[in-house]
Amino acid sequence: MSGGLDRRWIYLGMMLAVALPILWNGMTGKTFPESPTPPSQACFDAIEALPEGSRVLVSFDYDPASEGELAPMATSFMRHLMHKRLKPVIIALWPLGPTKGEETISNVIKADFPDRVSGRDFVNLGFQTGNEGVLKVIGTDFRKQFPVDRSGMPVDRLPIMEGITKVGDFSLVITISAGYPGSKEWVQYVSSANPGLVLLAGVTGVQASQIYSYYPGQLRGMLAAIKGAAEYEALVSAVVDGDGVTPPRYTEARRRMAPQLFGHLVLIGLIVAGNAVYFSQRGRKAVAR
Amino acid sequence: MSRSIALLICLMGGLTMLVSPFLPMATGWANDVTDWFNILAAMAFVLGGGSLLKVQLMRLSARGPGWGYSALTLLAFIVTLWVGLGKVGVVADPSAPTVAWSGKPDDEGSAFWWIYLYVMTPITSTLFAVLAFYVASAAFRAFRAKNVEATLLLATAFVILLGRTFAGVVLTGWLPDWASGLRLENLAVTIMDVFNTAGNRAIIIGIALGVASTGIRLMLGLDRSYLGGDA
Repeated sequence: MSGGLDRRWIYLGMMLAVALPILWNGMTGKTFPESPTPPSQACFDAIEALPEGSRVLVSFDYDPASEGELAPMATSFMRHLMHKRLKPVIIALWPLGPTKGEETISNVIKADFPDRVSGRDFVNLGFQTGNEGVLKVIGTDFRKQFPVDRSGMPVDRLPIMEGITKVGDFSLVITISAGYPGSKEWVQYVSSANPGLVLLAGVTGVQASQIYSYYPGQLRGMLAAIKGAAEYEALVSAVVDGDGVTPPRYTEARRRMAPQLFGHLVLIGLIVAGNAVYFSQRGRKAVAR
Repeated sequence: MSRSIALLICLMGGLTMLVSPFLPMATGWANDVTDWFNILAAMAFVLGGGSLLKVQLMRLSARGPGWGYSALTLLAFIVTLWVGLGKVGVVADPSAPTVAWSGKPDDEGSAFWWIYLYVMTPITSTLFAVLAFYVASAAFRAFRAKNVEATLLLATAFVILLGRTFAGVVLTGWLPDWASGLRLENLAVTIMDVFNTAGNRAIIIGIALGVASTGIRLMLGLDRSYLGGDA
């Protein structure tokens, strides 16, 4: 029992609050409209400001546990970069990050931008162990930490890496992170050492409150949780699809806002109910005394 | 003697990292020190694997409560290790088709890729998703307006919960432009941007000062707890 209420009722309520909107969304394909908050708009504007062909470092610092929140961000970032004909260089500070990068390449680049060539227009350099140590070194010698791409090709032979010797040579850095090492370490070891470098972050809801402290100084923009992902996704869809239909795989974040809404409403309802029980019990005790 | 060498390595490593941002000639040294750290971090993977084996084998041999979980953990560990190191199911890389084991262990279609996609991903995602149910239960049991501070926290939680969804727009979207700051979605941003940021920055600065002082204590040999024992 949970304060007079069997917790299984709570679990059932939460399950219905999440499942029914997912089913509704699956049947109708409808999503709530999103208006961007300043941190999400700043992410969009920073990428829009880059000239064609600019190289962007994208760090996949998460694993499947946080995929629900972060994969839609990665998809939108990659779609935006490809649409702008920018060149993403993918790395990872988490062991499972490169696979997430590969999935994003497969879902976005190979599916919708088949003319882009690996090594010339994009590349996945894989994972490097060492956490913030990696960031410290790429500040002065990028190739020391990432000498080859994921297929074993030396980066010296990759056209996309021409002229890149340190992290400051990239036009923009994006970190999509779920914890340590992640956005905080990128701020501490990369942004602080390269004041002119534009850094964007996509973070989980748990991290957001801490990472907010770095916006808009060290972080030019940030996507906070699934809400930030949905806002950015809407901005990217508006510029890529215009009035046309957005493919379902590019509406993932917005589709998750309905379950989030009803999940939050259930939480509020439970808090109110819990307090009602608390105050009624307190009142009864006071009368008894 | 060995402790003195360890202290000396700590001092030299710390000093190198400390002066590298100010001395261009020390940048290469700092990168070398970081490389040592990376090598140690890589060795920690081996140590971690060994420790996992040792602990689970001890539990298994003791046949205490939950020994079945230990058996399952060991089985999963050994199978994954064998599949990854042996590159089971990996097709040779097209650039080197005659070279044995030239493909990547996590190439699409390999056994390691299968484990990742159909075992690891669903398990970790499920574990994370289950949190929603525990949070809901905890919200009902523990989130009480017992005093002024708790009431403020409760009100803030409501604003954030509603402001981060479309409910904020529905409930307060009617407010005129001159009062737009009171719309729930804007109030949520203000809470995160002003109150949350102020508190967090204070914590971050405090932690940074603590880290700096701990670093100095380590370099000077005043804190030797990392050496283990009664150093």
